[in-house]
Amino acid sequence: MTVDAPDRLDATFAALADPTRRAILARLATGEATVTELAAPFAISQPAISKHLKVLERAGLISRGRDAQRRPCRLEAAPLAAAVSWLERYRRYWEERYRNLDALLHELQAGPAGERESPEQAPEQAPEQPPERGREPAR
Amino acid sequence: MTGPLTLTTPSDREIVLRRTFAAPRHLVFSAFTRPDLLRRWYGAQGWRLVECEVDLRVGGGYRFGSRGPGGAGMTQRGVYRVVDPPATLAYTERFDDQSYPGETLITHAFTEAAGGGTTVTTTVRYPSARARDIALRYPMRRGVAESYQRLDTLLAGPPEAGPPSRRDGFQRTAEEGDEPQ
Repeated sequence: MTVDAPDRLDATFAALADPTRRAILARLATGEATVTELAAPFAISQPAISKHLKVLERAGLISRGRDAQRRPCRLEAAPLAAAVSWLERYRRYWEERYRNLDALLHELQAGPAGERESPEQAPEQAPEQPPERGREPAR
Repeated sequence: MTGPLTLTTPSDREIVLRRTFAAPRHLVFSAFTRPDLLRRWYGAQGWRLVECEVDLRVGGGYRFGSRGPGGAGMTQRGVYRVVDPPATLAYTERFDDQSYPGETLITHAFTEAAGGGTTVTTTVRYPSARARDIALRYPMRRGVAESYQRLDTLLAGPPEAGPPSRRDGFQRTAEEGDEPQ
């Protein structure tokens, strides 16, 4: 566990970008498995699976057993949790922002009669543009 | 009509956010481009947009100044790359005291959704995987008064205002010398 956290996160995201690797992780979430077992559901060669496993191992997402014959793979949850957690915080930031936007859009559409679609009719803000329906702002 | 906010990571340099709003496209597009409207929604988690200059044309610039808890300030600015109302808006983004090299490219696609709504698909593309790494690093290691506050607004909000629930597990994972096995 000597990899610096940001490098680890980078490797984590790169590892997660590939659908085969995500499928491997999903399989490992149900329990450890050998390369042969992991390769079985995929239409790709065992060496190709091994390559994917190396990427996942570098990212710290899986570990391999010591048994030289089997070397079973198992899921390592911590790096995955870090990546998921960062993304979740990012998502929640935007979620809050977008809730503000929901309220604003609602207010703009509930504006004075006859001006429903004119964003310039928002209360408490001086319009910067003439209230011209459908016109996009430009300066 | 508004749906959940979904987030996906199609590559190691991109983050994609998608959300549907109960308003027509031109209105949503306006909310993303008009300073008087941006000021009313763009802040979150204790941050407020207090300065907002927009020169909405390809090659035109924008500048957003935000004020956060404890008087913390941050400024982001960039140049519009695509201005195609009400369908597409793309611009570069750079924070004044940014820790990573290069500019992030933000692209918003506004598409019509059922019932007269608008789906906004936002692609955040970091200049390199390395830049994205660094962007990831600071929110995990910052202290309350550090100079990384501007990233907080982008990534998570300041510690005193941010949601606490997942922070503990996150820091345990991320901090030096405290990595779980």
